[in-house]
Amino acid sequence: MATGQLACDCPGKMPGRRPGGADATRDDGATVSQTATADATQASASALLTIRNVAKSFGKILVLRDISLEVAEGEFLTILGESGSGKTTLLRIIAGFESASGGEILMGGERLDNLPPYRRRVNTVFQHYALFPHLTVVENVGYGLKISKLPKAELATRVEQALEMVKMTPYAGSKPSQISGGQQQRIALARALVNRPRLLLLDEPLSALDANLRRQMQGELKAMQREVGISFVFVTHDQEEAMVMSDRIALLRRGELEQVAPPREIYNRPATAYTAQFIGHTNLLGGEVKDGVARCQSLSWRTGLRDGPGLFSLRPENIRPAEGAAGATVRFRGKILRQAFHGATELIQVECADGLRLSLRTASRENWNGEIELEFSPADAVPVRPSQEKT
Amino acid sequence: MFSRAYRAAITVPPLLWVAVFLLVPYALLFCYSFWLVSPSQVIVHSWTLANYRQLFDVKVYLQTLFRSMGIAARVMTFSLLLAYPLAYYLSFYAGKRKELLYQLVIIPLWVSYLVRAYAWKTILGSDGVLNTLLEYVHLSRHPLEFLLYSPFAVVLTLTHIYTPFAFLPIYSSLEHVPRSLVEASHDLGASPFQTFWRVIFPLSVPGVVAGATFAFVLSLGDFLAPLLLGGPSGIMISNIVVSLFGAAYNWPLGAAISFCMLALVLALLFLSESLEKKWSFR
Amino acid sequence: MSHERVSRDRPVPPSRWLPGHAIAVFGFLYLPIVTLIVYSFNGAGVGGFPPRDLTLNWYRLLFADDAIWSSVLNSMLVAFAAMAISLAFGIPAALALDRANFPGKALFRRLVLLPLILPGIITGLSLLMLFREIDVKLSLLTIVLGHGTALISVATTEVFAGLQKLDRAQEEASLDLGANYWQTFWRVTLPNLRLSIIGAALLIFTLSMDEIAVSFFLIGRDNTLPLEIWGRLRRGITPEINAISSIIFVFSLAAIATWYRLRQGADGKPDLLL
Repeated sequence: MATGQLACDCPGKMPGRRPGGADATRDDGATVSQTATADATQASASALLTIRNVAKSFGKILVLRDISLEVAEGEFLTILGESGSGKTTLLRIIAGFESASGGEILMGGERLDNLPPYRRRVNTVFQHYALFPHLTVVENVGYGLKISKLPKAELATRVEQALEMVKMTPYAGSKPSQISGGQQQRIALARALVNRPRLLLLDEPLSALDANLRRQMQGELKAMQREVGISFVFVTHDQEEAMVMSDRIALLRRGELEQVAPPREIYNRPATAYTAQFIGHTNLLGGEVKDGVARCQSLSWRTGLRDGPGLFSLRPENIRPAEGAAGATVRFRGKILRQAFHGATELIQVECADGLRLSLRTASRENWNGEIELEFSPADAVPVRPSQEKT
Repeated sequence: MFSRAYRAAITVPPLLWVAVFLLVPYALLFCYSFWLVSPSQVIVHSWTLANYRQLFDVKVYLQTLFRSMGIAARVMTFSLLLAYPLAYYLSFYAGKRKELLYQLVIIPLWVSYLVRAYAWKTILGSDGVLNTLLEYVHLSRHPLEFLLYSPFAVVLTLTHIYTPFAFLPIYSSLEHVPRSLVEASHDLGASPFQTFWRVIFPLSVPGVVAGATFAFVLSLGDFLAPLLLGGPSGIMISNIVVSLFGAAYNWPLGAAISFCMLALVLALLFLSESLEKKWSFR
Repeated sequence: MSHERVSRDRPVPPSRWLPGHAIAVFGFLYLPIVTLIVYSFNGAGVGGFPPRDLTLNWYRLLFADDAIWSSVLNSMLVAFAAMAISLAFGIPAALALDRANFPGKALFRRLVLLPLILPGIITGLSLLMLFREIDVKLSLLTIVLGHGTALISVATTEVFAGLQKLDRAQEEASLDLGANYWQTFWRVTLPNLRLSIIGAALLIFTLSMDEIAVSFFLIGRDNTLPLEIWGRLRRGITPEINAISSIIFVFSLAAIATWYRLRQGADGKPDLLL
């Protein structure tokens, strides 16, 4: 891949990167603040995009309620949600194709939502690419530059570089109808990036691709974003995709933000039952906390939480067959109901003495039968807020 | 998948009917153009090019043809100028009222041609609505003569008739422009006018070609409006044909002119189709 | 510059002159029709401004006018007969174009659709020559044949569009369950085409009632309504014409409203007339 060809338009700083694996999580579930880079002047105070109390209704239908979110410079933020969650609407409001019913959006401290889309330093990669069928690949990619009246020579050079970056140089003279879906997607990307926007919006751009191509593009997009240093806001309904690509995930549910956190945190410390269930698999344990002990049917463990009803998320991979002496772990017996072979791991459903059913994920083994002794550590039972049904 | 009997049943009857009532008559038209009419008003089946020679030798025929083409060209131009912005407005600006407005455009199409042409006659006449209105508000003292029984009246009436015809394909092609392309163009920095010029208009050209063809071809062959409103200076080529089949009684000559018109129309249709294909991007 | 409200079905900010142009064009399109209706009540007859002496006189004269009503009857007979012919041949034509391959298919398609765009005079004249050569006298029958032929294209176009929307799998399911081609046609294909056929019938009927170019050459002793009006126009304008024209307009309105409502219903789109 051509390096450094599309220089970021950021004001002379290396964009901050949240190191992938170094996030520390504390047992009480508090979120970890961003780890700063060596550059001390890099502060979260200079958010690129500020979304403040944005709401949107279509007629009587309230699609977005009170969304407040910040996008940092050079960040890869994914807005994740089911269909109908409002994620595409939010994206379109940022792009300028819909006007918000309430709230405001600021970029670099100035009002963005007052500007028409053709005045915003924001570009979009559309879900079905929206390539101009009557223009060639080169003309498509150079469209934005031509509008801004860039001199011919410079325009040609930048278009060339953009095509090289997406590896589509041999197709320069083709029309969109002559290239495949995956290739169209790259052109759509090039067409947006060549304008050096401050923010790139991507509306489920990979949803029309087949699984293998999708995985490949996920990697390429992520690498490209690091390369180019522009903030990406990526919309998808695929939680695996979100976890692979993002610096942070904003989970949207029925028009409200459920949780905004880096992938590891949102996976290990989900804030609500919905989050726990939407991202990955989980067991939801309902019970009560009294006098420092959490009790969910036949299971109990010590906890520092206050008294009251409790809901806990326990990931299947955190339940394992009991080994060695019982220490601080919670032990119980379970009768095996069902097992599903997934290659390297198996998903086993067990039933406990009092009828409680749990799933566990563990390394594959030939013969599972009857009852097994299982254990998990209390730290892995993450307290979550219940998610109410919303109107 | 379909049996031979089924396929025969759906192809043969229409083929037969079309052959008998379309192909054969056109062929007859062709044959008639080579025959002659005797002084005693009998059609003589002798084969000659005399009729065609007459078309080119006697000036009035070519003159009228060119005048007709001029009128048709003007009707086409005005229809496009009226129809395109209207279609654009409906497609991109009308929002929820789009369907209702569309029906409003279509309704005049369903009102009898004769009725509408006649209405223009009452409006444009020296005793008509327009003239008496102008005198009533003291904008003119004498009736304006050129309003009626002139090429102006024919062009006006035909424009009125054929603007909805031009509108339909233009509106259809504009509706087919994906809205995401408009948004993409805005996203890349183009203003609404630039978007129209660089994206919307190029993609609507096939509709414009179709609309222009409708307006031109149908105006060219029109004989009712000239008869009602054209006067001596507004005679069109079809009027000559009508009189040749009527009082002037020279069917073969009339057939020759008709056949030329048919050939011209077919050529225009062919041209229009290839233009549409060339500029269509699917 | 402030950003006006935009949305998916209105992707551009409002314009200043486009609505004005639209209003002007609508005014132009409806001016003759409105004039007609207003002046059908004008006591002073045709023309003149402003209209005065509101009266129903012309309508009264109209209803007593036998010639007009017999021509209306003729027109309706012709329209029904033409409808029958156009559908009888247009439906198979649409089916043939949709699913059969035969030599000369391209030519057939063009030929069937030609009368739509060809000036009526050519179709009318060529049919006139046919009838003359085979020695058939001009009458309502020849008009029926003329309309039927010219309007096959309307039937074919509408039914073809309906066929495109038809799910082929339904017919395959019918065959799979044991019905033969004819049974499938009657029980599955035709019911699905019902709306297209009704729409086509309505359109053909209305067009036939208004048809004048082809009828002009094929008319015998009995007049159709347009030709009856035409004859009177040659002799001089009478305000009765305004009256009958207004009535025709109202019927056309009703016909198109029905046709459009049918089509909208078929697409499952909400009916925005209400």
